[in-house]
Amino acid sequence: MIPAAFQYSKAGSVREAVAQLREAGPEAKVIAGGQSLIPLLRLRLSQPSHLVDVNGVRELDYVHPEGDLLRVGAMTRHSTLVRSELVQRHLPLLAEMAAQVGDPQIRARGTLGGVFAHADAAGDYPTLAVMLDATIVTDRRRVAARDFFQHLFTTALAEDELVCEVVFPMAPGPHRYIKFRRRLYDWAIVGAAVQKMDSGWRVGLTHVGPTAVRAAAVESRLQAGATFPEAAGAAADGLEPPSDVRASADYRRHLAQVLTRRALEQAA
Amino acid sequence: MGQTLRVTVNGEGRSDEVEPRLLLVHYLRETCGLTGTHVGCDTSQCGACTVLLDGAAVKSCNMLALQADGAEITTIEGLAPEGGLHPLQTAFWENHGLQCGYCTPGFIMAAAALLAENHDPSDEEIGRGLEGNLCRCTGYVNIRKAVKAAAQAMREGAAAPIGG
Repeated sequence: MIPAAFQYSKAGSVREAVAQLREAGPEAKVIAGGQSLIPLLRLRLSQPSHLVDVNGVRELDYVHPEGDLLRVGAMTRHSTLVRSELVQRHLPLLAEMAAQVGDPQIRARGTLGGVFAHADAAGDYPTLAVMLDATIVTDRRRVAARDFFQHLFTTALAEDELVCEVVFPMAPGPHRYIKFRRRLYDWAIVGAAVQKMDSGWRVGLTHVGPTAVRAAAVESRLQAGATFPEAAGAAADGLEPPSDVRASADYRRHLAQVLTRRALEQAA
Repeated sequence: MGQTLRVTVNGEGRSDEVEPRLLLVHYLRETCGLTGTHVGCDTSQCGACTVLLDGAAVKSCNMLALQADGAEITTIEGLAPEGGLHPLQTAFWENHGLQCGYCTPGFIMAAAALLAENHDPSDEEIGRGLEGNLCRCTGYVNIRKAVKAAAQAMREGAAAPIGG
């Protein structure tokens, strides 16, 4: 289908993007890689009055190590994250997730910041951000990942606010992300991510609710010395997963436990 | 209403006035007349519309034409010199890597991007490299064979036979 008509402008900097958003009003949207937005435009599920294209904002395409943090610019594309030696060295789980986003064509266009702003329940990076207590940096403030994702497709971003950077802690230790899906390029039906830190395991789950979830019960069981299967048994505690054509809520609870156990076993 | 798009398509510089909502695939097919790039699923899954954008394989149904401003695009028509075949085209022909042929331009463009990065891909790497493309006829076995054969031909620097 053909998208509904909209105005279009290009921004060359963060300042320009925010000014254009402000001028275009509340029905304007940012387009980054567009790999989720353009399908929505074509189906006319989204009909913005104006698109501000940030693909020319080169200042947001970077991976910077800084102390024990890894700062990743919002316009960094998935394919860059897969190949980045800095990401592979300091936060290999991010590279592992990036390699499982969509397919090669989608990875060539889609961006890290776009995933955060879009806030799909099945997005992969939000899980990593929530479980590692990452910080989302916008053009005007810093927001903790747990406060950034509010609901399905809903974030703390104001209408004229732009995601600029995500700051992750470095985590070079054992890790695994298992994304359960029917076809390679699909979204996760459920995903489980585990990362060993100096302070213990961090565990996160994808698509078991409207936003990414940190599986605190699994983490505390591991801290108390539980085996992987025992700890993974707590992965569905407190979850209220969605039921849809791909999986029922009960099946998602089951997957959360099984995938968490497998991820722990494969990471260790 | 229209905005100016300056782009190089198959080596030829162009400048066109386009509506912002025009998708790159429709620009290529309708404005440039390059109908080798196909619209398959319209949901950005099938990969039939794959073209090279500054060397990277992208789905042209999932980009606005204006987002290609300043870029170099290669479509299936621009892969081989006039009158000749690219080693991938020869290999798809010789290995029966297609039946109905609808998905073929997309597979060949995705494979071209894969082989530019990896001159000797394994079966697994070919599978991963082409996971953004769907074929409903072949069962993929001959496509994989064709990509392997093309990779070998390109490594050996074999000239593509003119006209097959």
